[in-house]
Amino acid sequence: MKIHIRNGRVIDPKNNLDSKLDVFIAAGKVLSIGQTPNGFVANQTIDATNLIVCPGLVDLSARLREPGEEYKARLASELQAAVAGGVTSLACPPDTDPVLDEPGLVEMLKYRARQQGLAHVYPLGAMTRQLQGKTLAEMNELYAAGCVGFSQANVAITDTQVLWRAMQYAATFNFTLFLHAEEPFLAANGVAHDGEVATRLGLKGIPSAAEALALASILRIAQETGAKVHISRLSTAEGVAMIRAAKAQGLKISCDVSANHLHLTEHDIAYFDANCHLKPPLRTQRDKEALSAGLKDGTIDAICSDHTPVDDDAKLMPFAEAEIGATGLELLLPLTLKWAAQEKVSLPHALSLITQTSAQILGISAGDLSQNSDADICIFDANEYWKISPKTLKSQGRNTPFNGLELAGKVKKTLVHGLVVYQH
Amino acid sequence: MNNPQLDSDGHLRHLLSIEGLPKRILNQILDTAESFVGVAEREVKKVPLLRGKTVCNLFFENSTRTRTTFEIAAKRLSADVISLNVGTSSQSKGETILDTVDNLIAMHADMFVVRHAQSGAAHLIAKHVPPHIHVINAGDGRHSHPTQGLLDVFTIRKYKPDLHNLRIAIVGDVLHSRVARSEIHALTTLGVPEVRVIAPKTLLPAQVEKLGVHVYHDINAGLKDVDVVMMLRLQNERMNGAMLPSSQEYFKTYGLTQEKLALAKPDAIVMHPGPMNRGVEIDSSVADGKQSVILPQVTYGIAIRMAVMAILAGGQVASGSAGGS
Repeated sequence: MKIHIRNGRVIDPKNNLDSKLDVFIAAGKVLSIGQTPNGFVANQTIDATNLIVCPGLVDLSARLREPGEEYKARLASELQAAVAGGVTSLACPPDTDPVLDEPGLVEMLKYRARQQGLAHVYPLGAMTRQLQGKTLAEMNELYAAGCVGFSQANVAITDTQVLWRAMQYAATFNFTLFLHAEEPFLAANGVAHDGEVATRLGLKGIPSAAEALALASILRIAQETGAKVHISRLSTAEGVAMIRAAKAQGLKISCDVSANHLHLTEHDIAYFDANCHLKPPLRTQRDKEALSAGLKDGTIDAICSDHTPVDDDAKLMPFAEAEIGATGLELLLPLTLKWAAQEKVSLPHALSLITQTSAQILGISAGDLSQNSDADICIFDANEYWKISPKTLKSQGRNTPFNGLELAGKVKKTLVHGLVVYQH
Repeated sequence: MNNPQLDSDGHLRHLLSIEGLPKRILNQILDTAESFVGVAEREVKKVPLLRGKTVCNLFFENSTRTRTTFEIAAKRLSADVISLNVGTSSQSKGETILDTVDNLIAMHADMFVVRHAQSGAAHLIAKHVPPHIHVINAGDGRHSHPTQGLLDVFTIRKYKPDLHNLRIAIVGDVLHSRVARSEIHALTTLGVPEVRVIAPKTLLPAQVEKLGVHVYHDINAGLKDVDVVMMLRLQNERMNGAMLPSSQEYFKTYGLTQEKLALAKPDAIVMHPGPMNRGVEIDSSVADGKQSVILPQVTYGIAIRMAVMAILAGGQVASGSAGGS
């Protein structure tokens, strides 16, 4: 299959490319950009006039709910949602049922995902067995089965001895640990940022200090062990400052922020909107601005969707009992574009945060359009607005705080391995 | 965003929290309650305002006083009343709140009085029910207990009619208290110039001052020259643990005694939403003393609940039609 994408604005942040060029694809690979290869005859020509052609997006955190939670979502629905959102590679956290702590489960998930022929799935293995924070999971076995890193998902490690050993062990084999920084005792039973809104609504708060304390332990142990650590979903101004300082000290640390936290604050909970029950909690305007500034100056490396589909019934509960999470794969691009427009960040810079840098963090070959790289490509209209609603979303989870909002950035075509897997 | 409590004409549709209600509606409820105070003293303690209507007390959390006063209020308005302790029936069988509500709607309930241990439960139900059904929040988690807040200001108005010249102290576990939040909103909305909260830091929520109150940790300073002392109940499970070392120490530092009460104005009144822990937050001599208005609070509670139900069901009880202040 040979594909010719003509007349689009090609943006490839890794290769510093941003100009109107044609892309030539053959045998699933990017054959060349700009120059027509000798004797190239396309089987399919895609007209990308007025559209942007960029690497397929790479999402650092998307829950697919398989195995075990198929009533919330299925691989088929979520991988369709991924490509509808231009996402061609994604990492999924290990908090499935059963937990991804067995090589066989990982192989099965990879196999079933491949069968879909849509986005590539890169599982994060459990760092400890059953995510219980006691015994290390078989990281080498899990790596061999296809895990690209190890994580505790939202489950905190209370025992710093285990955290220390996990980092030593991971550092031995140069594995990356993906950790969410939240001190579990301070955060116990909390459902919202411990501030004005939680006080007004009578919700149990999670203080900012919960993130800072966990982060302090993680950073200190990372420094001691030399482990490669990625902090998932930073939420506070203090956290941003701590990461900035750690990076200045030369620590091997990276971090991301969820697209939700770039746009929402505690006030969006309004009258108990369960769609705003997220982990970490939505915080203050000041935190939101610090996250945005951290993203601009490179303290925060990437934006993730934190895609967490939840079935409708699980959201029709009082706020604290409603299940945590929001659907996000299809919103990653438009929310990133909205942030870039508000903050006057260039399109190539914004796209790098959801392509090249996230691929680099995962250590996978994706997120760029280098010659001979896999032709995973997203073609989108940056100016077309579309309305977020249960009807327009492919994900089985319809729950998002952005329901009803019109956002710019409509994916027109998504290619995986040089084949069109989505078109609008 | 729309205020879920008001209809498009600005009339009360549900009573979910005091926050978000205009002064006009608070006064309408208080004035209407005035006209119902006398009903209890008649030989026939009934008015026909809710005849043919079914009021459903939906208590997902146990309560005796609140449920009973709502029941009495509904019966005095001639409504049919069903009281369900859902905490011990369908919820334990795994039925969701909204399923329980739908079943009762199918049985033609007209009004729900809801108590639930989770903040926001009444809002959830109000969002779910069809337009002709009304929801009254009888306490949701730590969030709100609006009829308690209203009966408290009603009581204050009875004893201290000029709300614009009062200094009021709320003492105790504000952190876990839906009553405190409702009182604070009611008092500030009605123009009380100075509302104080008095508690150790462990029993105050984050940024409580944003609710428009002055914060005191020293009860002696906090009670100085106040006109009203509103005590809060200290739940048993908070008495020993990370919040407080013991009920004895709490009584010594924050319990209301005659000596501490003497710091307030000589004619200050003492209130408590009940049930009281004598010897923990309040000394018996104060609770039963001449400055205590704790039992009148209970009596007025019925009038307030009648007023709320009458306004929601009929809307025919216009503001000012009753003999208010």
